[in-house]
Amino acid sequence: MIEANNLRKTFNSGKVVAVDNVSFAARDGEITGLLGPNGAGKTTTLRMLYTLLSPDSGHMRIDGIDPQEQPLSIKRALGVVPDSRGLYDRLTARENIRYYGKLHGLGKADIARRIDEMVEILDMSEFIDRRTTGFSQGQRVKVAIARALIHDPRTVLLDEPSNGLDVMTTRALREFLRQLKAKGCCVVLSTHIMQEVAALCDRIVIIADGKVAAEGTADQLLARSGEPNLEDAFVKLIGSAEGLLA
Amino acid sequence: MNAVFLKELLDNFRDRRVILNTLVIGPLMGPVIFAVMISFMASQAAERAESQLELPVIGAENAPNLIGFLERQGVLIEEPPEEPEAAVRAEDEEVILRVGPDFAEDWEAGRPATVEIIADQSRRYTGTTISRVRSYLNGYSQQISQLRLQLRGVHPEITRPINATVTDLSTPESRGGAVLAFLPYFILITVFMGSMHMAIDTTAGERERKSLEPLLINPLPRWQIMTGKLCATTFFALATLGLGLVAFVYAMGFLPVAAMDVALNLDFRVAGLAFLLVAPAALLAAALLTILASFAKSFREAQSYMGMVVLIPMIPSFWILIDPSRAETWMTLIPLLSQNVLILELVRGEAVNWAWFGLSIGTTAAVAGILAAVAGTLYNRPKLIFTSG
Repeated sequence: MIEANNLRKTFNSGKVVAVDNVSFAARDGEITGLLGPNGAGKTTTLRMLYTLLSPDSGHMRIDGIDPQEQPLSIKRALGVVPDSRGLYDRLTARENIRYYGKLHGLGKADIARRIDEMVEILDMSEFIDRRTTGFSQGQRVKVAIARALIHDPRTVLLDEPSNGLDVMTTRALREFLRQLKAKGCCVVLSTHIMQEVAALCDRIVIIADGKVAAEGTADQLLARSGEPNLEDAFVKLIGSAEGLLA
Repeated sequence: MNAVFLKELLDNFRDRRVILNTLVIGPLMGPVIFAVMISFMASQAAERAESQLELPVIGAENAPNLIGFLERQGVLIEEPPEEPEAAVRAEDEEVILRVGPDFAEDWEAGRPATVEIIADQSRRYTGTTISRVRSYLNGYSQQISQLRLQLRGVHPEITRPINATVTDLSTPESRGGAVLAFLPYFILITVFMGSMHMAIDTTAGERERKSLEPLLINPLPRWQIMTGKLCATTFFALATLGLGLVAFVYAMGFLPVAAMDVALNLDFRVAGLAFLLVAPAALLAAALLTILASFAKSFREAQSYMGMVVLIPMIPSFWILIDPSRAETWMTLIPLLSQNVLILELVRGEAVNWAWFGLSIGTTAAVAGILAAVAGTLYNRPKLIFTSG
């Protein structure tokens, strides 16, 4: 369960307002989509949630914990797949994942068991023991997801997870996120692709220019905009089509 | 922290380039360059000291007795070239002796007879040759003046009011020290060479491959992540230092030390003490390079900073070369300089001054610790984390 209230973040000593009064909630057992054009403030919002940035004002709670006060507890509770998915080229996929397991303080046996599970779920058996040089985007994302979720977190944040993935991998990824949801996890993903939220998300938070433009289920948003389909609804709610059709 | 340390080691041991650069070329470069330098200098010096002096003489017919004396001393008298000045300038001849046409006349009259030594004093070894020629001429001059005084019934001793002698207290060890002025540099540079690649790979490299942001999301205080990286870098620096010292010990075995009449006191005991002495400098180098590399966004950018840093340990070496005075207490307080002077003391074969050792290790470790602490705070700055924005 994530609650964000009036988050605000500026850069360059206040000249650039990246996130302005963003509030939303993401519930357990649901997939929440942060939808918005490039540069709308999605990544900055997520970074505040996973404690790499601290907000200028506003507050957040993840399962009742304040990320600013207990950053380490939050990091233990969260599974984060950030925008940068750099892997260590000279290590195998398994070693990459194991490293993160160790950083989470997991025991050897736990790590081995979790890796086996993830290999099964994400279909990584072909390349799990290969060095990650020359991995395809899809393979990289799978490894990045596996290492981020090595500690079996209840809350999962994904920043543009389907960037650069082909159709098959995207389908597999969606299936995987639905499994997390079924397990009762709180899943939050950011994206600028409206088909993605339409296909996947229970609740949608539309962010534009650092502000929340609209929030609700797909049906609620349709009703609010009075448009017949989601695409037109988004354009109307955001105010322009700019950046959405990337 | 341990996990970070082990991962960085594993990661970098997998890279053949790193192994070659830091663990093979790094330790070997110093001893090889040094051994080549020393043996070249030694063979040149030996050649000059022992070889027969070949001396072209202009107007040899004007002073047959002098020429006879020189030949008896083992000097090989040669025909002069056509244009003596040009020959010296062109470095065809090193030194030419000119006996003027008035030599015989002045000699007969008892006036000082002039001989001229033609040489280019700016050339490196010419000074040695000139003094050899001079000492032969002085010997002849003295012999003749004593004969002349005796003929006049004067005891020759009265023309020598002062008898200056030199008592050489230098030991073979201390003479070796002068030759070895750059040895400390070659030892110190190994810790910089050893930590350079790791410092870049663990910081700028991490940013370049975009793995820093995910790494920092792990539930671990950031200073611990940095400490793990720093430990791995220091480990590589120490490995390079150790291997370098071993290579030095073996390289010294191949040098014609006996021919040079100097003792290079660099056995395993001295190498061990040198390791102890330089070990804190390994942390210093690792921390310094890590700080620099952390500000770089890419491998290349970081490498361009590194070039400058490698010159730093050279400064004390140059200073000692210019002003080769003995070690004093204040010197042992300055990191890098203290290692320089104390390694020189060691290879000169002097007794270990433990107080100085302690000061050197203490101050260097303190400075290294401060730098390491600074490095530990670096990842609290968002600017150093995100590749963009």
